[in-house]
Amino acid sequence: MSGAAGTLDLSGVHAGYGDFQALFGVGLRVEPGEAVGVVGPNGAGKTTLLRVISGLIRPRAGTLRFGGQDLAAMPAHELPGLGIAHVPENRRLFPHLTVEENLRVGAYAKAARAHFAERRDRVYAMFPRMKERRHQLAGTLSGGEQQMCAIGRALMSGPRILLLDEPSAGLAPLVVKAVFDLVARIRQEGLTVLIVEQNVAQVLRVVDRAYVLETGRVSAEGAAADLAADPAIRRSYLGGH
Amino acid sequence: MDPFLLEALLNGVLLGGVFALPVLGLNLVFGVVDVVWLCYAELVMVGMYAVWFLHVQMGWPLALAFVTCLPILAALGLLLHLLVVRPLLAAPPINQVLATGGVLFVLQGAATLVFSTDFRSLGVEMPPMELGEVFVSGTKLAAFVAALLGAAALWAFLKFTYVGTAIRAIARDREVMPLMGVDPKRIYLIASAVGGGLAGLAACLLVVQLDVHPFVGLSFGPITFMICVMGGLGNMLGGFLAAFLMGLIVSTGGFWWNTEMSYVVAFLFFILVIFLRPQGLFAR
Repeated sequence: MSGAAGTLDLSGVHAGYGDFQALFGVGLRVEPGEAVGVVGPNGAGKTTLLRVISGLIRPRAGTLRFGGQDLAAMPAHELPGLGIAHVPENRRLFPHLTVEENLRVGAYAKAARAHFAERRDRVYAMFPRMKERRHQLAGTLSGGEQQMCAIGRALMSGPRILLLDEPSAGLAPLVVKAVFDLVARIRQEGLTVLIVEQNVAQVLRVVDRAYVLETGRVSAEGAAADLAADPAIRRSYLGGH
Repeated sequence: MDPFLLEALLNGVLLGGVFALPVLGLNLVFGVVDVVWLCYAELVMVGMYAVWFLHVQMGWPLALAFVTCLPILAALGLLLHLLVVRPLLAAPPINQVLATGGVLFVLQGAATLVFSTDFRSLGVEMPPMELGEVFVSGTKLAAFVAALLGAAALWAFLKFTYVGTAIRAIARDREVMPLMGVDPKRIYLIASAVGGGLAGLAACLLVVQLDVHPFVGLSFGPITFMICVMGGLGNMLGGFLAAFLMGLIVSTGGFWWNTEMSYVVAFLFFILVIFLRPQGLFAR
């Protein structure tokens, strides 16, 4: 039955900005506990896809459901309460607030406030570095630490699904590896993950399945291992060896 | 030290405390909603009339009139947002300035219509206090202490509550707020109510020092805006510090030169700052 608890289900989604259309009938499904990747070149519509799911952009057509709820009918600020947390592109931390204040903003939703201390401690247990720097301004953190803080902030709402937009963008290779280790650890916590990435080789290692998005359309989908072995995908995204 | 200079410095600090409240209110609203309430001093004027009306006309105890003034002005801040600012949020900034500037004239006109242009006095004065060699007005000292308490309460609200933290966050990044479960429209309403409430508190502190008339806003409105610009518009701490700096300049300007020239000195200093640091004295 469609609309089981915590299933994210998109079908025929069209979306864009003004005269520009970014998505043309995109369909996608993420089951609870799964980690799913969306890969593709710059400008394929990956970020738009996540922004549609978290309500920052309204779809022009198509349906969006999470756990049976029609997302398009809800205002964006109510979606964290449904269990959807979105770590946006470029992290978008509040640089003039401390690490802990960033976490507090992440726990703004009424239902999240009661769990603030417990979830903050879990975030600190997961990222001891954040605990050390909890009174430091987020703007002074390194790129990798900012990504930890942004993920921590998203976890404060107690999400069922975490949307990650280009978590490795702008980070040094060693830090990129650390960020993907982090994603693997979040999965172990039982969270559903939808991750958008240009770093195809790395993301296919941490997800179960992936969709390839090209110029606003899904051009391929399948198990991560199959996609990683697909000659066309290897040629386009993995350096063609 | 010369006791007259000491007295001027002390009065400058006391004056700065009174400037600080409307500066914080304006900065709060500007930082969150990104609209300058040009009519802010006239909101304070309405608050001063409210206190005068409740105390002198209705015979309420002064404390009750003060306490009632705050929610009245908070409601006025809400109304200003809902009726004037919200419909223009997507409009060019010049339209927002013209609209809130229009409210300024409407409030002045309405006050003239209802209360005439007579100067109204609360007629309360606390005895002067002697601090060492200098005398200081008890009224000004009480107003100063109340202003500091108000500023401290605002700081605690912004620092320790969920809504306050969201207010500081939204001042930097509006678009990302819904992802945190924050409804920006609601934060705008809260900031407008708090901004109005601060105008109400400022009104309580001013009405004991100044007579009320429909144009009383002109005696502190322009300097409030200058302080905001000097501190960096939207920068709460910068505005707070600039308020004291301006208070000191106004009062010692009167000491070095003569009292009539004190505001001239202040305006000259402002022009100098705008030339040298157009982004504000305390911009980072």
